[in-house]
Amino acid sequence: MSVSERTDYPEPDAAAVRAPAQLDTFMGMRITPLTQRRIDTFKKNRRGVWSLWIFGVMFVVSLFAEILANDRPLIISFDGDIMFPFLVDYPETRYGGFFETPAEYRDPYVADLIEEKGWILWPLVPFSFDTINYNLDVPVPSPPSSGNWVGTDDQGRDVVARLLYGFRISVLFGFTLTIFGSVVGVVVGASQGFWGGWYDLLFQRFMEIWGSVPTLFLIIIMASIFTPNFWSLMFILLLFSWMGLVDLVRAEFYRARNFDYVRAARALGVSDAKIMFRHMLPNGMVATLTFMPFILAGSVTTLTALDFIGYGLPAGSPSLGEMLNQGKANIQAPWLGLSTFVVLALMLSLLVFVGEAVRDAFDPRKTQV
Amino acid sequence: MPGDETHMTANTRSGRLVDIRDLSVSFQMAENVVEAVRGVSLQIDRGETVALVGESGSGKSVTALAILQLLPYPKAFHPTGSIKIDGEEAVGASDKFLQSIRGNKISMIFQEPMTSLNPLHTIEKQIGEILLLHRGMGRTEARGRILELLNLVGIKEPEKRLNSYPHQLSGGQRQRVMIAMALANEPELLIADEATTAVDVTIQAQILDLLEDIQRKTGMAMLIITHELGIVRKLAKRIYVMHQGKFVEEGKTADVFANPSHEYTRMLIASEPQPRQTTPDPNSPMMLETKDLKVWFPIKAGVFRKTIDHVRAVDGVDLAVRQGHTLGVVGESGSGKTTLGMAVLRLNRSEGSIKFGGEEIQGKSFDEMRPIRHEMQIVFQDPFGSLSPRFSVGQIVEEGLAVHHKSLPESERRDMAAQALQEVGLDPANMNRYPHEFSGGQRQRISIARAIVLKPKFIVLDEPTSALDRTVQVQILELLTDLQNRHNLTYLFISHDLKVVRAIADDVIVMRDGKVVEFGTCQQVLENPKTDYANALVRAAFELAADTSGAVSV
Repeated sequence: MSVSERTDYPEPDAAAVRAPAQLDTFMGMRITPLTQRRIDTFKKNRRGVWSLWIFGVMFVVSLFAEILANDRPLIISFDGDIMFPFLVDYPETRYGGFFETPAEYRDPYVADLIEEKGWILWPLVPFSFDTINYNLDVPVPSPPSSGNWVGTDDQGRDVVARLLYGFRISVLFGFTLTIFGSVVGVVVGASQGFWGGWYDLLFQRFMEIWGSVPTLFLIIIMASIFTPNFWSLMFILLLFSWMGLVDLVRAEFYRARNFDYVRAARALGVSDAKIMFRHMLPNGMVATLTFMPFILAGSVTTLTALDFIGYGLPAGSPSLGEMLNQGKANIQAPWLGLSTFVVLALMLSLLVFVGEAVRDAFDPRKTQV
Repeated sequence: MPGDETHMTANTRSGRLVDIRDLSVSFQMAENVVEAVRGVSLQIDRGETVALVGESGSGKSVTALAILQLLPYPKAFHPTGSIKIDGEEAVGASDKFLQSIRGNKISMIFQEPMTSLNPLHTIEKQIGEILLLHRGMGRTEARGRILELLNLVGIKEPEKRLNSYPHQLSGGQRQRVMIAMALANEPELLIADEATTAVDVTIQAQILDLLEDIQRKTGMAMLIITHELGIVRKLAKRIYVMHQGKFVEEGKTADVFANPSHEYTRMLIASEPQPRQTTPDPNSPMMLETKDLKVWFPIKAGVFRKTIDHVRAVDGVDLAVRQGHTLGVVGESGSGKTTLGMAVLRLNRSEGSIKFGGEEIQGKSFDEMRPIRHEMQIVFQDPFGSLSPRFSVGQIVEEGLAVHHKSLPESERRDMAAQALQEVGLDPANMNRYPHEFSGGQRQRISIARAIVLKPKFIVLDEPTSALDRTVQVQILELLTDLQNRHNLTYLFISHDLKVVRAIADDVIVMRDGKVVEFGTCQQVLENPKTDYANALVRAAFELAADTSGAVSV
């Protein structure tokens, strides 16, 4: 604190006042110095940064799974025309075959027809997650070979393709569940912390009862009534997964209610909604963002577990849990269990490492104000 | 153990206890090295009271912590210097040696009585632990010593207090227990680091009396660290003045006060709030008037949460302030001052009439209040907590404009904010910077700018200067007076420090337990306090004299 604080400033220079802010930016967004420090702290955790990169690349690659692993060719040149069979259905007759149905490109007959008048560009893995390889000369599950790099499962489907699609659906399911769950959790927690009183008291008791409902049995019962799909499974899990964040956000809002700057905003006449959104939510978001990678890892595990016991995604879906179950049923085919384990372990470890780095970044002791 | 022996010798032996030569302390930060203390030399003789004076951030506490080697090594290090305790070098000494010094030969009391005691242990256990640790005293043996200590620090009926937990004690009592813990091993030196800054003036006076008394009885030396010159004058024989990590002046207290040689010392001494000069128009219109204002918090008990009684935080207060006047609200902590301030702004639930500018505002909803919110504003005590760390200064000041002048274009809002910042003495070019880049005094100016940008008529100032150094306090008071004169502002000034109140208030109400015990012009109350309570407040503030009549809390 300097002794001689200046009080004799010149008239404000209008240009200087209105000059564009010299603010830190991150990926083109204006951010506060607090956020800048958090990003710096995050970057210092090298393991976290690497994990984020690896996970990000894996995720982005898996988003393009149809191009990487498909039972339809990417490009066909036929009779001077360029065609994209992985996007468009062409009937077999288009290539001079017999059937009006979409062409079965893996059929050697069809391939021969096409190669007479052009060429075929196949994806890296010429199988989709549900393609059954009829060309095997060993019983299924077949061991790794040049055709199926990590072998096939007990129905002759390529393991690499199933892992790729399974990873994607796991992460997407996890992300969606985490985001919806967090939004509900933050809204409920924020309102409880902000208004308190009877509302808070009753809602807390409701949550205690709701939280003690055995989720697993409920899902088993639901699954026997109707076949679960991606969204219905998501909905059932969402009914219970939102509660994790509520207490954290509620506590943050309780605390923030008495901050002087929140009281000052009240004295300025700022509305409740604005105070919650502008002044208190950033505090609540710290707890939320810190927990998000761990919640994501938890969501992935939940889906895998449900698939493993057979109450998850519908039969035939590419799912890591179902692969694990096959690995258990086919001990003689270790490539099934081992490859799935590696993918799951890698994904969850990366998420936990990222989570640790995020937790450090939001640790007030490491980013002092 | 050497305890008894040192106690015997402390009274008789004379000579140098602490000898610091050319000490520097630096901190290794992420990118650079911060030099906190630069080549200071300090000596403390046995039985002597020495004061270390300076503003926040001048390096006082760092110097004191270095004596006990309590700094966060190896982040902190000493480029130069030595610290000799009883002739033995402490810099780089073994942990074993330092532990035999800490809490034994030299002990320390800190500023914050709330957090310095463990809330889970009784008083007996906390003091007993030190006796067990350093002297190996058993339970029954320790109890006698604990009672003796509690008696020494002036805790009444110590037998009943043995099993109390810290939250059952008042702030002053907690500070006394802290002192008892520090004295448990009869130290030869007691370091008091801003030991009275966080307590009320009345408690401060009592604690200072206590320290003086204990020193007379035990003959220990004291190192007083403070920014309050009044304390120095009352207690210390010798004084070191610290500024930006260096000693700028040292000498006998009386000499330094009579003939300060350094410009900085002169400024420190001159930084006393001066009595208010201006006299506002006594016939200006009434700004704020309350009748029988009450804020009662219910105490509930039983299964059905029946209200059995109330905490009467504000209990039937009548007050009146005219436009352009300042009403000072004084009283000890817990007397309901802040609650009153919040109640007149309708920021908490209250009963009784509140007339603002002749209009009854009690009973209005939050939405109905909004149109008049820009006329009534508030400035808080804590310059760190009252500004959101996520907003730039410009955003903070503009927030109210966005509520009350929705139609204004953004560039105009920015201009208004810039004007407000300039008015409080800050460079408007700082608008895009964030609160953490500013000092406490500057942050308080930002808070004031946030209030005045709406052109209010009435501002509640809730201890706006209590968390600041004296020199900055005076500047903020000058700013407030200046703004008042320029804009004919009305203030409700809440403070426990009558020195500050005298500098700005026209009228004063004295509060105790939610009630107004005395009301009058500032001069009347300060010169002729009618109640013992007001008298004790006045004597504590201006003479640092402790009250013995029992009018104030202990």
